[in-house]
Amino acid sequence: MPQGILCNNRPVNSKERIMELMGDAGGKKYYKEMETLDVSHDDLGALIKKTCKSRIRTWLEICNHCGLCADSCFFYLTNNKDPKQTPSYKIQSTLGELVRRKGKVDAAFMINAMDTAWGKCTCCNRCGLYCPHGIDMGAMFSYLRGLLFSQGFVPYELKIGSGMHRVYRGQMDVTTEDWVDTCEWMADEYGVDYPGLEIPIDKPNADIIYTLNAREPKFYPEDVAEMAILFQMAGENWTVPSVGWEETSLTMFAGDWEGCKMQVETVYDAIERLKPKRMVVTECGHAYRGTVVEGPYYAGLESGKTPIETLHYVEWVAEALREGKIKIDPAKKIKEPVTIQDACNYVRNGGLEKCTREIASYLCEEVIEMEPHGEHAFCCGGGGGLNGLARYGPERKIGFKNKRDQVLATGCKFVLTPCHNCWDAIRDMEEAYHIGIKWSFLKPLLIKAAIMPDHMKLKEE
Amino acid sequence: MIPPDATLYEILTGPVLWGTFIIFGVGVVLRVLLYVKGLDWKIDRVTYGVNTSYGVKGAIKSVFSWLIPFGTRNWRANPVMTTAVFVFHFGLLFTPVFLLAHNMMLTERWGFSLWTISESFADYLTIAVLISAVYMVLRRIALPEVRIITTFYDYLILLIAVAPFVTGFMARYQFSDYQFWLLAHIISGEIMLIAIPFTKLSHFVLFFCSRAQLGMDFGIKRGGMKGNKQLTW
Ligand code: SF4
Ligand code: SF4
Repeated sequence: MPQGILCNNRPVNSKERIMELMGDAGGKKYYKEMETLDVSHDDLGALIKKTCKSRIRTWLEICNHCGLCADSCFFYLTNNKDPKQTPSYKIQSTLGELVRRKGKVDAAFMINAMDTAWGKCTCCNRCGLYCPHGIDMGAMFSYLRGLLFSQGFVPYELKIGSGMHRVYRGQMDVTTEDWVDTCEWMADEYGVDYPGLEIPIDKPNADIIYTLNAREPKFYPEDVAEMAILFQMAGENWTVPSVGWEETSLTMFAGDWEGCKMQVETVYDAIERLKPKRMVVTECGHAYRGTVVEGPYYAGLESGKTPIETLHYVEWVAEALREGKIKIDPAKKIKEPVTIQDACNYVRNGGLEKCTREIASYLCEEVIEMEPHGEHAFCCGGGGGLNGLARYGPERKIGFKNKRDQVLATGCKFVLTPCHNCWDAIRDMEEAYHIGIKWSFLKPLLIKAAIMPDHMKLKEE
Repeated sequence: MIPPDATLYEILTGPVLWGTFIIFGVGVVLRVLLYVKGLDWKIDRVTYGVNTSYGVKGAIKSVFSWLIPFGTRNWRANPVMTTAVFVFHFGLLFTPVFLLAHNMMLTERWGFSLWTISESFADYLTIAVLISAVYMVLRRIALPEVRIITTFYDYLILLIAVAPFVTGFMARYQFSDYQFWLLAHIISGEIMLIAIPFTKLSHFVLFFCSRAQLGMDFGIKRGGMKGNKQLTW
């Protein structure tokens, strides 16, 4: 079969195609079609020629096969040191081979490459810190994902995810109307306890424009309310855009480079339209990576920076606590020891390690760090899109053992997880291994422990 | 001491040596130039030309952290391998340049010489290089994660790198036919130099390029501009 009905090299650009794909529960038919999907040697070869430049070619060439990257990868560690999980092996046997053969490979090769690029790598970039030659396999896997995507070899859920971004400019089917309704609903509902609570939409020239993860309006609307409460507490002049509020990018996980550009430009357009001073993004790692770290490049901004200064949520919270905009009641600090899950996407790949520690110094009595942590932290086990991929559920479960053991070694029963992917991964890790822990985003913890400013107190009857 | 087989010796240390130096010199310079030319801020997603000062800081830290023995987390995590790697590379680069015999040739031909090391020190370095090489071979065979990625090419590269040491050592101690070992030494040395630009030995210069690139990546894009924070390798 040259191109499948569901599985093909055409990106998903319509609601109908999303529905059609979603109708194939679990992607059974989709993956079946993939087995016989044609690989266009000409197109793939041309794409490699155009995009595989000296950085990656040199990485592939000078890898001296020393294996010093093996222990850096949590997949290697949790799979009983299976040599096939050595980062160098994983990339050389997929991307390396693909480049050497100039794209002349078959569907079976591409499927194995897909299973490696998504099922054996979360693009956490940790191995890049451990290779003496400065070879970043995470960066190469994310490039490989782009090559695979171009030929239609992408996991089922990410094909849908990329389509969602292309159609809805969000990772889920949340329309502008749904989003605005959710904001109004949350402001009303939480306004009972927090008088005057507002979620200003499309307010021009605000100090802060806030952007978030579609999961929040879709499944966790209380998160939307919580961010409003905290901004109001801090007395910020803020807004959310009616369009361009989605900070995440499953297109990035999918390797859909064109989709990445479409998505991030929606956010930058909102900035252009509303002219806020700064942008704050929610407690999500890949959203920050997709829109703030890599985003400017997707959009072709020569400064390499977002159009206005952007803060990850942990940066904003740290600033608000430091400046006394939000005050924590010392009596309400978290008493039990807490450990911090560092999200690869804004810690190793974003330099924000100190922010979470600063926040914890206000919020927690005691922090016990995982070893290693910070820039050298291990992936939670669900990054790079892996959380959502049913095909690699078993791989993910094995990978969780690493984080499980790290958390257990701290003796803590409470994990701070200021990242949607980490939050999910820690939840699923607990579900799989029952180590009796709790985990939380920052927002609910801050609201619980903060001293309510007078302007937000309920008036006595 | 002029070998009886003078013509071959003269050719090898005359025109062939010159040719070797030229291929080596031009080759490594070209490798660096081609590397830099192939960098693309859009594809690599690193604004090399903007925010450059952050990139330079990141690059310097990335290169130097790894040039210092035990200077990085991974060097510290693998003490035996780290020792072998540093001893090997130090011996490989240092010995030929400061070897007395090589410098005598320099004096003979051009009337100058560099500072030299004693012959016994050169022997120790040679032995250290050979021991490190043996360790690296055994490691390739013993460790599954290394074995799986090892190819014939890796052994060949190692052979090319140590051959001048083995042959030089044999010639110095004149275990057997001096002439043979001397010529083998010269040829293997020339092969090594010529191989540098064309093989993985290009990491002679590309190590610095690749390390600097990743350092710039972290220095510019991945956090380096956040309060001027430098990654700890
Ligand atoms: S540590 Fe670097 S050079 Fe060594 S095998 Fe891994 S990628 Fe290759
Ligand atoms: S990027 Fe992370 S998950 Fe992928 S190979 Fe490297 S260490 Fe393993």
